[in-house]
This record gives sequence, structure tokens and C-alpha cells, in this order.
Amino acid sequence: MFIRSHMLPAAGAVAAMLALSPAHGQETVKIGLILPMTGGQASTGKQIDNAVKLYMQQNGDTVAGKKIEVILKDDAAVPDNTKRLAQELIVNDKVNFIAGFGVTPAALAAAPLATQAKVPEIVMAAGTSIITERSPYIVRTSFTLAQSSTIIGDWAAKNGIKKVATLTSDYAPGNDALNFFKQNFTAGGGEIVEEVKVPLQNPDFAPFLQRMKDSKPDAVFVFVPAGQGGNFMKQYAERGLDKAGIKVIGPGDVMDDDLLNGMGDAALGTVTAHLYSAAHPSAANREFVAAYKKAFGQRPGFMAVGGYDGIRLIYEALKKTGGKTDGDALIAAMKGMKWESPRGPIMIDPETRDIVQNIYIRKVEKVDGELYNVEFATFEAVKDSGKTKK
Amino acid sequence: MTTLFTILFDGVAYGMLLFVLACGLAVTLGLMNFVNLAHGAFAMAGGYICAVLVNNQGWPFFSALPLAFVVSALIGVALERTLYRHLYTRSHLDQVLFTIGLTFMSVAAVDYIMGSSRIFIKLPAALEGQFDLFGVGIGRYRLMIIVICGLLTVALQLILSKTRFGSRLRAAVDDPRAAGGLGINVPKVFAFTFAFGCGLAGLGGALSAEILGLDPYFPLKFMIYFLIVVTVGGSSSITGPFLASLLLGIGDVAGKYYVPKMGPFVIYTIMIVILIWRPNGLFGRAAAR
Repeated sequence: MFIRSHMLPAAGAVAAMLALSPAHGQETVKIGLILPMTGGQASTGKQIDNAVKLYMQQNGDTVAGKKIEVILKDDAAVPDNTKRLAQELIVNDKVNFIAGFGVTPAALAAAPLATQAKVPEIVMAAGTSIITERSPYIVRTSFTLAQSSTIIGDWAAKNGIKKVATLTSDYAPGNDALNFFKQNFTAGGGEIVEEVKVPLQNPDFAPFLQRMKDSKPDAVFVFVPAGQGGNFMKQYAERGLDKAGIKVIGPGDVMDDDLLNGMGDAALGTVTAHLYSAAHPSAANREFVAAYKKAFGQRPGFMAVGGYDGIRLIYEALKKTGGKTDGDALIAAMKGMKWESPRGPIMIDPETRDIVQNIYIRKVEKVDGELYNVEFATFEAVKDSGKTKK
Repeated sequence: MTTLFTILFDGVAYGMLLFVLACGLAVTLGLMNFVNLAHGAFAMAGGYICAVLVNNQGWPFFSALPLAFVVSALIGVALERTLYRHLYTRSHLDQVLFTIGLTFMSVAAVDYIMGSSRIFIKLPAALEGQFDLFGVGIGRYRLMIIVICGLLTVALQLILSKTRFGSRLRAAVDDPRAAGGLGINVPKVFAFTFAFGCGLAGLGGALSAEILGLDPYFPLKFMIYFLIVVTVGGSSSITGPFLASLLLGIGDVAGKYYVPKMGPFVIYTIMIVILIWRPNGLFGRAAAR
């Protein structure tokens, strides 16, 4: 594999853009990988970059007679950067795919470029439902928040949890998670006894947690950005909510494999719904986890799986088109594609180009001295309800 | 009623933490008249030093805390001797530009060395959890913060008002030239004071990792809180920032508990009201210099 990361001049990019159509019959297929490699979202970028490298090591860098070249760019999760980088990649580097996208605004910023240039945009991380509706050239291999939040709502209502207090960060994904959870949980007969939105830059959870404790719920539904989950769990235990018999439930982002071990035993027993756990009991996953650990010295998280499946999707689509890089042909090839991912069986929905996957209910347990999300129930082939209900 | 006391207790602990983090800034800004926006970077350094010692080297938490203080102070003195002292006589704008640049460099450096994800310090089991005192929930870790910070505050106040060093420092601040003429080594006093302030920040950083979270963006995220403490407290003494920290800590916690929707704004509302009432802060001297 060969990575180029120097910046190419952007002169004339806008003018050239309109005249552009993807180059045919070239010997290399270029993938522009735009990820946050620095800044607060850097762990997302690192995981995806690692996973893409791993897949290419395992499967070679030639598909259907074409050599695959990945060009990695760092957008630091700033949408303006994403847009500029996507434009440079499409116009100057003449990439055949753009991929990556750590956060929703970044994925949205690149959408009009994908449409105009007819270049497939493979979303490997960002999780808001609307993304795939913004361009017919967007395909997603990560997840949507609706998938995990609705499922945990259904599960909680059916499993003896009657009263829930919610604590979510006050930003788009947090509100998405809250609304989808509420909708399914109350439809199943549950009651929300307390609803608190905490500021995104929240230094101390103490007062909010005290409020949760005083409202005496059966469980607390929590969604906070990656990284804050550890603080939340520690203070949750410090305040004795665990001893008061209050469970923690939520979408699995909070219990990312990446961060789980740093949270300490406070996280034990937390029940979340998510698409992937490093402890997923399948041969494909064991192989993936072992290879990832060997190459990068740590456990893969759900972001790594999104990247791994994303690059696989590109490989398979190229095989199907016989190496042809026409955008429409590639998208047609991707629609309805099914395979066995480390996370379990997945499919690209032919209608929405979004991912259809199993959502697992997992509980944090100690396995061989490390914390893992151990799956104990499965909801099969979950579509993104954020779209289907529209 | 017991809830009220728990809220009060949490508020005091939070306020104390803010005080230890910010009082170094009160010293450099108030006593040395230097705008040091990179103050949070020293706090972050202390936090990371403590984390590396405890998590990677297996040090006990309580021995790592003093070291967080010492190493941050040493970094402080090194930077003071090489960089800061050239800016003492420059305008405040130069100082702001210089120190904010330093802050960004520290963020990037820590991000590069330690990675961008949030880290935690492994605590001894004795500090975890809560116990009940007459029905009031008392967090062990927060109690420790109150004890440590309380002792520090008393010690600081005594040093400044009762010791020879304290009077030298106050003399050096009030009139550096006259103090120099009387045989006080002004640069040395300043360097020592600066280092001490940095050390306190380092200690505060190590203590706050558990409650505020520690990541490379710490200096930027909490800069605003430090500045609020110093502006509200006035920068002429230790008492001012101390009371301001307590007021803001309790106000913030109580606001978030009783009116969660307004929670994030309470701290700023308090600041605005106090500054309208007393533009120089609670204990500010009326623009004497």
C-alpha cells in the first residue's frame, strides 16, 4: 500500500470541478480517505485508518486488475476542511471514491460534491439518519443512532424497566438518541420520569446525577460523546446510584470498546444496544480482533469495523463491475450487497443505501481480567427507522 | 433537606477544586501583573504526570500528587527563566498572544505524545464511593479535595501575610525598583512565585482528572473558568478568588440541580451580576496601579 498525504495545490478547483467526469480505464483506483486524524475525534480516524490498512494487508492491493491507492487526508472533523479536501481529491487527484467521514457535518459537507462528480461517498463513521438522503452516491457502512436507540427502548420496555430518567448531551446526536429511545420506550408502556440535557462541554456530572438519583428511576438512559462516558460512569458509582439499584442503559457508543477498560469496574452491568462488540462470538470476529490486536496493539471498536466493512464494500463493488469505476455502476453494484462482517451478517439496503445489520443487547462483564460488552440478545436485520418512518 | 446538604457539599468541593486550579493565575495576574492564559497547560501537565506515574509506573496516588506539584513547578520555572521573563515589561496584548500560543502548542504536544482520548487516574479503593453522614451523602474523593484544598488555602494565606517571603513578594509587586534597591532579588522572587503558582495548577490538574476529565484540550476548555474566578474574585489577594471559587462552585452545582434547563448559564449569570455590582471583582482594589 502507498499513502500520499502531501497537499496538492487547489488552484482552479471550482472551475475544473464542473467539467469533470470520473476518468475511465486507468490502471489505479484511487480512494480519498478523509478522516479526523487530529483533534477530539482522532480516535475515530485512527481506528478507521488502521482497519483500512489491515484489510488491504490481508487482501492485497489489487482488485479486478486494478491497483488500489488510498490517499489519506486529515479534516480534524471540521466540515469546511472536509469539503475542501474532498474537492481537491476529486478534482486534482481524480479519486474514484471518497470515504471516511468521522462526524455528521463532515459527511454532509461532502455530499453535494459526490452528487456533482458522481463519485461514491462511503460513510464509515457518521451516524445521523439523514446522511444517505443527501446524495444518491452515499453508501453507509457504519450505523445510525436510531438503530441502537430504538432497540434499547424496545428492550427496556419488555424487560421490567418501567421508569427511566434520561441524561443526554445537548447536541444533535444526543437529541436523536433521546427522541428515538423515548418514542419506542413510551410506546412499549414505559415512563420517562426525568429528562435532563447536559451541556456538551460539561465539566461535572455531580448535580445532574444527584437529580437522577432523587427521581428514583429503574434505569438511567445515557448518551454522552465518546470520552465523557468514563467520567459519567465513575461519578455514577461514586454517588452510589449503582447501590440504589439504578441500572445504566443506552446506545452502545458510550461503552465503546476503545474506552471501556479505562472506565474501571464502575461500568460492570451496564446494558447497551449496539452493532458491534469486540467480544462478538463468531469466527470472523475472532480472526479480525486477533489480526487487529497483532497489528496495532489494541482492541478494535465499532469505528474500526465501519472502516473495515467500508473498504471491503469498495473491493467487492470493483470486483462486480470488473474494475469499472463509473459512479453509477459502482453504486448499483453496492446496492443489496450482503456479507458476513466481524459484527455479524450485514446488507446494504437497496432502497436507502444505508446499512441493515443486527443490533445486539450487551452487558458489560469481566472476561479474562478485561471489560467486554458481552452480547446476550439479538435483534436481527435492523433497518434505520429514522428513515423508514418518514 | 439532606439533598440540600449534599448539593452544598458537592458545590464546595467543586469550588475548592476551581480555587486550586485558578489561584496560581490569581497570583501571576494579580500580584505579578502578568496575563498568563497558558495557566491551564500547567494544570494539564500535572494531571498527565500523575496519570503516567499512577497508571504506567504503578505509583500510589498519594505519592504521585506531590510529584505532580513538583514537576509542574519545575516546568514553570524553566519556562519562566527562558520565555516568560522577557514579557514582564511588555504590553498585555503581547502577553496574551504569547501565552495563548503556548497553550495551543501544549495542546498539540500532549495530543501527539499521549493521544487525544480522555484518560483516567486509577484511584485507591479508599477514595471511591460515598458514605452517609446523618443522611447526607458525602463523596470520599470530594471530601479529600476539600481537605487538601482547605489546608492549602490556609497555608497560602499565612505565607503571604506572615512570612518574610510574603512581604518580599508584596514589596516586589508594589514597587519593583524600590524593592530591588532594598536588596530584594526581584526576579528570583517572581520566578519562585511563578513556579509555585504552576505547581498549584499541576496539583489541581491531578486532582481534577477524576471530576472534570483530562484530555489534551483541558487548557482551552477550562481557561474560561479560571478567568471567571480571577475576575469575580478580584486579583489583589487570595481571599477574593477563594470566595469567588466557592460561590461559583456552589452556584453551578445548585443551578444545575434545581434548574437543569438553565444549568449551564448560572455561572455566567453570577459573574455578570457581580461584575456590574463591583467591576473590579469582589475584593478588587479600585484601579490603584
